Amino acid sequence: MSTVGFVMLCHTSFDRAAQVARHLAGHGCPVVIHVDRRVSRGALKRLKRDLTGVADIRFSERFSGEWGTWGLVAATQAASSLLLREFPGVRHVYLSSGSCLPLRPVPELVAYLDERPKTDFIESVTTEDVGWTIGGLNTERFTLRFPFSWRKQRRLFDAYVRLQRRLRFRRRIPAGMVPHLGSQWWCLTRQTLSAILDSPDREENDRYFQRVWIPDESYFQTLVRQVSANVESRSLTLSKFDFQGKPHVFYDDHLQLLRRSDYFVVRKIWPQADKLYRTFLSEDLASQPQAEPNPGKIDRLFAKAVERRTKGRAGLYMQSRFPNLNWENGMTAAPYSVFQGFADLFENFDTWLGKATGTRVHGHLFAPDRVEFAGDERIYNGALPDSADLRDYNPRGFLYNLIWNTRGERQCFQFGPRDKQKIGEFLARDPHAQISVISGAWAVPLFHTNSNFSDIRKEAAQLQKIEADHLRVLRALTVKARVRIWTLAEFIENPMEPLQTIIDEISPRSSRRLTEAPRMADLTGFGQFLQNLRNQGMQPTLMGNFPAGDDPRPMIARRGRPYLVK
Amino acid sequence: MGILATYMLRLARKRWRIRAFRKRRELTAAANRTTSIRQDDLLLFCTIRNERNRLPYFLSYYRDLGINHFLFVDNDSDDGTREYLTRQADISLWTTKASYKRSRYGVDWLNWLQMRYAHGHWTLVVDADEFFVYPFCDTRPLRALTDWLDASSIRSFSAMLLDMYPKGPICRHPYHEGQDPFEIAQWFDSGNYTMAKNRKYGNLWIQGGPRARTFFSDAPERAPALNKIPLVKWHRDYAYVSSTHMLLPRGLNLVYDEWGGEKASGCLLHAKFLDTFAVKAQEEMARKQHYANSNEYRAYHEGLTNSPDFWCKWSEKYINWRQLEILGLMSKGNWA
Repeated sequence: MSTVGFVMLCHTSFDRAAQVARHLAGHGCPVVIHVDRRVSRGALKRLKRDLTGVADIRFSERFSGEWGTWGLVAATQAASSLLLREFPGVRHVYLSSGSCLPLRPVPELVAYLDERPKTDFIESVTTEDVGWTIGGLNTERFTLRFPFSWRKQRRLFDAYVRLQRRLRFRRRIPAGMVPHLGSQWWCLTRQTLSAILDSPDREENDRYFQRVWIPDESYFQTLVRQVSANVESRSLTLSKFDFQGKPHVFYDDHLQLLRRSDYFVVRKIWPQADKLYRTFLSEDLASQPQAEPNPGKIDRLFAKAVERRTKGRAGLYMQSRFPNLNWENGMTAAPYSVFQGFADLFENFDTWLGKATGTRVHGHLFAPDRVEFAGDERIYNGALPDSADLRDYNPRGFLYNLIWNTRGERQCFQFGPRDKQKIGEFLARDPHAQISVISGAWAVPLFHTNSNFSDIRKEAAQLQKIEADHLRVLRALTVKARVRIWTLAEFIENPMEPLQTIIDEISPRSSRRLTEAPRMADLTGFGQFLQNLRNQGMQPTLMGNFPAGDDPRPMIARRGRPYLVK
Repeated sequence: MGILATYMLRLARKRWRIRAFRKRRELTAAANRTTSIRQDDLLLFCTIRNERNRLPYFLSYYRDLGINHFLFVDNDSDDGTREYLTRQADISLWTTKASYKRSRYGVDWLNWLQMRYAHGHWTLVVDADEFFVYPFCDTRPLRALTDWLDASSIRSFSAMLLDMYPKGPICRHPYHEGQDPFEIAQWFDSGNYTMAKNRKYGNLWIQGGPRARTFFSDAPERAPALNKIPLVKWHRDYAYVSSTHMLLPRGLNLVYDEWGGEKASGCLLHAKFLDTFAVKAQEEMARKQHYANSNEYRAYHEGLTNSPDFWCKWSEKYINWRQLEILGLMSKGNWA
């Protein structure tokens, strides 16, 4: 007979439990099965019938093991006492469940434990050091009372915990006991286990732990520290938990992953994962080529699942992720740049910008008649159409779709007071938006148009009002976007420096100096134009100070050394 | 949400259930094999009309997923659909000649059958041209998903409708019986869906896709809804309100996370745009039995005669569920 015995706690899928028990017993390991008290008599009978004739299998006294209650510990105690009593040859007791599956051949486990005859494998961590407990209850598991079920009476549970905290109620922890927590799946030596089970303080210990919350994660984990000299604080059973504290289940498609883990047993397996059971319970498992162990891969897989569930993918809005305001964790998927007034002031600004930064430069995405995608496309990444109606039906949706669809390529677009303004507030709030504004630049095309001055005046007044409103949004305290605003007068005074700053921010690694400046529109007579507007009773304020007749100097004068070296 | 509003929704739910109860008389059982339904069987409910040549593939697809019993309502088919279905051992069939429109597009009939037969079962409610895709559907049967949902205390599972279309005019490749429709309609739009929250019922209202951009680009509010919640652990008190877009009680519509995370979700691949579609659109326009005075079909009809091609250079070719998950159309949530 083997020196390793198994205790198996079962409450569902008994055919699988029986299969594993038969496998273990077949390799000479005695198995004591505990069947939950709530399981029907018929199911128990079937299980027993299923296992008749298999030597070294025993059934222990039944307890009702609802999650988080004492019953699970009582069941473990009864089953392991039985195991120790009935099978004197057993040196290590391995606690497992009905949905556990051995990952490595049983002889390997036996040999491994034979080499470490005095070692107790049990995850046992002081309460201060665990970060994984549910509900934030660590030390309080040991010092409060928990008469209500966490699963079924959550409100009462929470309220009672709050009440005890307020009243500063504390249970006394028995002297000499240092609370430890850990995975409930352990493997202890006969010496240690019997010392716990036959301890003179057992009655007192049991009485104390009966009122501790989730005692199966703390009873043996705490007491082992008092009796064992050789605790190896890790579990030989692989088990992973999701963000709700529910164990992750393994399926057939995890086969390769499990083959590369270096654990001996895994919990828990989906009962219908035929391939896993077939593979790991096959007799020639030992002769199969061993995969290189890579346990980190499993950790990463499940850590990613938890992250996906709790944080999600930034900038993604979809059927099962629709974050509330300020809970977006990234309102858009990637940084992008918005240019206001640049296309008015410079000729072919988009071509120049595309060349200078290597990004995708769109026209006015929010133009009133159609979406001006780069390259004048009718339809864009992700089959996003250029219809203004569809865009205006949900402007935010349009923008975050565009940014999501073009992940990996920075997007730039033009904006201005002639565009639909509804998106402005969203832009201002988005930390991914880099917004650069030359205020009042909308007047430049007006200056060049060939229309009646009264119409120009009317349009100028309207555009100025729209832009002023937009600037107010951009200057609000709640703005998260990276906003830069220059007046037209300020900007043309020294255009290269702001351009260089913006471009450095877009592509910080390319330390290229701007050599070619975009061509500025001809502004000769612009000051007079503004004066004419004033004379007609309109007050152009957003352009800054443009004295009539004082035409700006042409930019060429400053071309030589456009940027100050830091 | 106030007490009054909650109470009004409760009344609405009861009204839909009473309506469904009254509509039961319109149904005649042609083959009732519901006694063979076992306690934890997965059920599929479907209303159909003249879908004979699509059914073989539909049935084999869902049998492979692990559906144990199918419950069909046949609305006056005349192409042999009924005869074909009555021959299948795992199918129960009811027939009716009553108005599809006045049963609220089949919802009342199915609500009744679900009330009667689906209590306590995981149920999938789909149309004959909808194919359910969920995370890991290529390696794990539907039962794995429902077991996981049970363990996570989740009662309803979202699957957005994803319109699939062929490259070129939709009449070019004829569909023949038993064929996988996505051999023909293998393209879809990956990133032009927009959504808004429906305050009253708490569901998301998703619109977009090829239909919105081709037929409704000047009337986006009329574009069809794509949000669907087809998989529900049914309770006899539940009721679908409008197609499978939303349910009552409204907690079942909360299939999305509002705090930044992603819940698990799937897709319903929509094999509507095959060569059969043009014929169907014509027929449905004449029958006027569809939603909003068959507006949708009228738009299709006009659109299809003018520009019958959904395909564009940004269309994505369907590969598998992982592709949909990477594109952000569905999510694994914390199922790993």
